[in-house]
Amino acid sequence: MEDRIRMVHGSGGSATNELISDLFARAFQSETLDRMEDCAIVAGTERIAVTTDSFVVTPVEFPGGDIGRLSVCGTVNDLLMRGAQPKYLTCGFILQEGTSIEVLRRVAESMAETAREAGVQIVAGDTKVVNGSGEFYINTTGVGIFDGDRSRLDICAAGAKEGDAILVSGNLGDHHAAILSGRMGIKNQIVSDCAPLCDMVERLLAAGIHIHAMRDVTRGGLATVLKELAEAAQKTFTLEQELLPITRQVQDFCGLLGLDPLYMGNEGKLAAILPGEEAERAVSIMREAKYGGNACRIGTVTAEEPGRLLLKTRIGGLRSLDVLMGEGLPRIC
Amino acid sequence: MELEAVKAYLKAYDGPELSIMEVCGSHTAAIAENGIPGLLSPKLSLVSGPGCPVCVTPSAYIDRLTALALEEGVTVVTFGDLLRVPGSSRSLGMAQGEGARVEMVYSPMDVIALAKKEPGRQFVFAAVGFETTTPVYALLVQALTEEGVENVRLLTALKTMPPVIDYLCANGAPVQGFLAPGHVCAVTGSKIFAGLAESYRVPFGVSGFGAEEILIALYGLVKMCESGRAEVRNFYPSVVTEDGNLKAKALVEKYFTETDAAWRGIGRIERSGLVLREEYSRYDAGSLGLDEDQKKNQACCCDRVLMGRMRAQECPLFKTVCSPMNPQGACMVSTEGACFSYYMRGA
Repeated sequence: MEDRIRMVHGSGGSATNELISDLFARAFQSETLDRMEDCAIVAGTERIAVTTDSFVVTPVEFPGGDIGRLSVCGTVNDLLMRGAQPKYLTCGFILQEGTSIEVLRRVAESMAETAREAGVQIVAGDTKVVNGSGEFYINTTGVGIFDGDRSRLDICAAGAKEGDAILVSGNLGDHHAAILSGRMGIKNQIVSDCAPLCDMVERLLAAGIHIHAMRDVTRGGLATVLKELAEAAQKTFTLEQELLPITRQVQDFCGLLGLDPLYMGNEGKLAAILPGEEAERAVSIMREAKYGGNACRIGTVTAEEPGRLLLKTRIGGLRSLDVLMGEGLPRIC
Repeated sequence: MELEAVKAYLKAYDGPELSIMEVCGSHTAAIAENGIPGLLSPKLSLVSGPGCPVCVTPSAYIDRLTALALEEGVTVVTFGDLLRVPGSSRSLGMAQGEGARVEMVYSPMDVIALAKKEPGRQFVFAAVGFETTTPVYALLVQALTEEGVENVRLLTALKTMPPVIDYLCANGAPVQGFLAPGHVCAVTGSKIFAGLAESYRVPFGVSGFGAEEILIALYGLVKMCESGRAEVRNFYPSVVTEDGNLKAKALVEKYFTETDAAWRGIGRIERSGLVLREEYSRYDAGSLGLDEDQKKNQACCCDRVLMGRMRAQECPLFKTVCSPMNPQGACMVSTEGACFSYYMRGA
């Protein structure tokens, strides 16, 4: 096989077939996919969860992950945040002419491995080639099911209640800081936290924790995610700056560039809103789960100022947080 | 003195009402970020000053930068903040949509690598800043001369602090003390404000940028106000000395010379800016005379905010027409601008 993608790889003819059978089908082997039908027919439940996301990050490979792992985690985590069990994925590749086939192969293999880890099957795919300079993009659509105990779940943005605790599953800003470091040629030890959160959510639900609202902390960072949840529920969310888990490295990196870790994205962290009396148990469950080692409680839900997100600063001041407003920064997912 | 005691004092203060100006944009950001206004007695208030470099750059400068970026074969290189500052009709960012070539960098020295990669292209660095940043531009010019790079020029809007503070005091700014900029003083030395303290009988407290450092400097300022002492006190001794960084000052002196400069919303202030010296003028992209200053929105009060006459929140456009997504004035653009700080971080 050649070492670069050319326009002919998108022709739909023999070069396309060669690319698919040699690269994608080999990486994504599954009974459904191997049939090469026009669409996949799969088993479901009465209610299913569906989501889609596109991934355009540069560089495509970065410390702690790559665009392939990201494209599985992003979509799988979105399904999990409503309590669904991720089951199927489709993937669409848009390749620019000049894409390295070696890089593409690594990315596809990483995608397959992440899918196996998350327990999802890649059941359909598509490839297109466009003019360009060797970058490529991935879209994934995910389907999740609600069976057994999950069938009555209703975890939604407006779910927060007075007295709830606000939990986060680990350190903030790692993915964003890793990507920015890569783009700017800054050498440090920061790695992306890109990960599927199936094990963590599974454990929380199995233990009967009553999750009222849940979001993965991605673009816009924790402040944006929580401000949206506070507005949806018309409640006040108050965070304690002292409790926020941020590594010294990320803190210093942000300080250097004038960035705020509260607005830096992750790709393997979630924020959960659940009854205050279950918070301690939920934190220890999250800490036992894969990727939840630094989970902690960071704040509380009250009712006095609907829709506001407040931060009690380390020195005892109070600061109001809004969603992220504009940014001159490179894309991160 | 213990921090808790400092906090208790500032909260319980019951003397005459005092207004303290934080001159530097980084202080404005740190004050809002740490929720400091809420820790002070109602008799103590903080007002922002003209120390955010992007905020005080007049529209003519932005217009000139935009025109350069639209020229065939020219790339403008800048820090991100400058992209969204409104010129008389549009921002540099808007011009990007019309084909303007703009590169964002995090260090001015990055422009050298860009220029070497494309020797046939002209690069213009948007050199905006105060005493803190100017030494880096001096280093850039030094590197350009030493390495013989001929396709980089600077469009400068470099300003100095003492003349603008002098101007504010001479024009009756309603301020009883100044939280003096720690990073500027690291270069210039704290004594640069001594003359102003004496002639206007007003205290200066040089402060760092951590929450505790700011609280301690504020405490020191209130104490000086109470005892009627008008002097410069250095509350940032780990970084600031009386004489400053002599090496940096010599470097700036070698490449730059004083000039009159226009401040957005304020006007022309004598000897308040720096431009490249005659012998280095080949590296200048036409920085002189960019004085014209037009408001995008006539109701914008950035000028009054910059002079400490109005709080960001008191501007009629604040959070109504003007937001970080749709800034009407420069103070809402920069992350160090007073309006942006209070919009994003105010309690």
